[in-house]
Amino acid sequence: MATVYFDEATRRYSKDGAPAVDHVTLDIADGEFLVLVGPSGCGKSTSLRMLAGLEPVDGGRILVDGHDQKGVRPRDRDIAMVFQSYALYPNMSAAQNMAFALDNSKVAKAEIRSRVAEAARILELEDLLDRKPGQMSGGQRQRVAMGRAIVRQPKVFCMDEPLSNLDAKLRVSTRSQIAGLQRRLGITTVYVTHDQVEAMTMGHRVAVLRDGRLQQVAPPDELYDRPVNTFVAAFIGSPAITLVDAPVRDGRADVHGLEVPIDRSLAGAAGERVTVGVRPESWRIVPESDPEGIDLTVELVESLGSESFVYGRRGPLDPADDAPDTERVTIKTEKRVPVAVGETVRVRPVESEVHVFDGSSGERLVG
Amino acid sequence: MIGRKEVAHGAEAASHRSPAMTVAGYVGMVLVVLLVAVPLFWIVITSLKERQDIYVRPAQWLPAPGTTDNYADVTTRIPFFDYFRNSLVITISLATIKIVLGVISAYALALLRFPGRGLVFLVVIAALMVPNQITVISNYALVAQLGWRNTFQGIIVPLAGVAFGTFLMRNQFLGLPSEIIEAARLDGAGPLKLLWRVALPMSWPTVVAFALITVVNEWNEYLWPFLMSDDSRTAPLPVGLTLLQNNDGVTNWGPVMAATVLAMLPVLVLFLVLQRQMIKGLTAGAVKS
Repeated sequence: MATVYFDEATRRYSKDGAPAVDHVTLDIADGEFLVLVGPSGCGKSTSLRMLAGLEPVDGGRILVDGHDQKGVRPRDRDIAMVFQSYALYPNMSAAQNMAFALDNSKVAKAEIRSRVAEAARILELEDLLDRKPGQMSGGQRQRVAMGRAIVRQPKVFCMDEPLSNLDAKLRVSTRSQIAGLQRRLGITTVYVTHDQVEAMTMGHRVAVLRDGRLQQVAPPDELYDRPVNTFVAAFIGSPAITLVDAPVRDGRADVHGLEVPIDRSLAGAAGERVTVGVRPESWRIVPESDPEGIDLTVELVESLGSESFVYGRRGPLDPADDAPDTERVTIKTEKRVPVAVGETVRVRPVESEVHVFDGSSGERLVG
Repeated sequence: MIGRKEVAHGAEAASHRSPAMTVAGYVGMVLVVLLVAVPLFWIVITSLKERQDIYVRPAQWLPAPGTTDNYADVTTRIPFFDYFRNSLVITISLATIKIVLGVISAYALALLRFPGRGLVFLVVIAALMVPNQITVISNYALVAQLGWRNTFQGIIVPLAGVAFGTFLMRNQFLGLPSEIIEAARLDGAGPLKLLWRVALPMSWPTVVAFALITVVNEWNEYLWPFLMSDDSRTAPLPVGLTLLQNNDGVTNWGPVMAATVLAMLPVLVLFLVLQRQMIKGLTAGAVKS
């Protein structure tokens, strides 16, 4: 068990190119489950590999339990990693795979046996211990990879998209298993994913990366409720938030003709234009007679059974127009709604749930 | 005619080629098989012929009557088993040295990071391009000066350099999934353990192919042992066969062919035993599993 501290950690693959990881500072508490999330190429895997010692740190430091890891070999860091491809040793049985690290660190045979048996019990691998990876299903291999990390009782778990090779159903059940396991073992965990559902459901805190730079670190709810900029707002949440570029007049943002009041304290900070973000569940369908509302032409209705998503645009629907000049608005509705493609609905955002960002920088406006 | 048509038709259905192309393909294959098989067949039947039958025209394709005298002759008239023993000593030592050196150097070049790694590999590649015959003269001068003529070390040491194996095994190691190597490093495997428990077990087919190629090469090594040895103290089988040829003044092909067959047998057996793994090795990496 250990704390992990990224101190302005930087990784450059080439001298002149943009850094893959750019001055990332992250303080991870002992026993915390931190999720690193971002689009592909954002530097999340590189950050993880730097922590494990598989990539050099070109600038800044990475501390584990307060000790700078510079020059410490991967095998001496006491960090266990679960790879996306699982990276099991194909010539060894499941039990041998799990015992390999303990063997290498000269743990007593009896101790190895009991730890492997314990891990196999936790992960329900008892019947598979003599099988080789080639004879196992994807889910079983994933569990062996987890077992290989668990038996070591390391300072830190590093997990690099461990669920992305599983089918959707297995992914959901394994997700909660891993989170539960981490809570039980209390081992500091850094978990990399590009899947925002994993990010929202698994971690104590989530760190969002973009182009190697840290955007926001916060508990999932805060990330969702108070994104620091338009990137985080758009990345977290599915379907995505609707972002509307709106001019500001008299302390009110003009969203497609609908005046959205900006908090008085924010009005000063806002420039001529702001970006207004409204999540799908923050829209209300109002009667046509309502004086305050936006008329949308429905383009698509997705019914998921328990809820529906209505996608619409302002103005009449023109199938020939490839790039309409108004944003597509996503609205979540309860159960099924009697709305069909081509119809017009009148909607209004819930004022208290509207996010306001600076029109040029995209930063959240805070009073 | 009907049979050929059916074959052609079947092949066409499988590969969507015209019947003429298919027939041409089979004819080509038959030609290649004949090219390889006829000389081998000729060696075997000649070794079973009596002396006067060997020069008969037109050629006699089946020995009548057959005889095994040539085999008895070859094993009694020259110290055949001395040559055989020398071949075993030279082949086993050289193959062992080359395989160990090849694997270890390839491991260093593929999986360890050190300055000048690329340069070292370039030098190894360059060594592959120098023909043996060019270094023979200087090597001979050196080895003769050391007094190593007619000794096994005189034959083995100058041949023990390895470039092909380094090249083959390095590419094999580079082709291993890097995540598995990284996993082993994180699991605390030292360099030897990483090689022995992780990298090699995933590379057996290539190692087998490399070993087989090396054994065959060393077994058939001719020029250098011929220069190094004068008699059955150290000369391997191929050199022994030459001595057999020269002994008679006029070459008596029967015993020579019998000796050739005997010299081929061990390699042939080894080949048959390992061929499946070898082919797996030569095509390994062609299809991602």
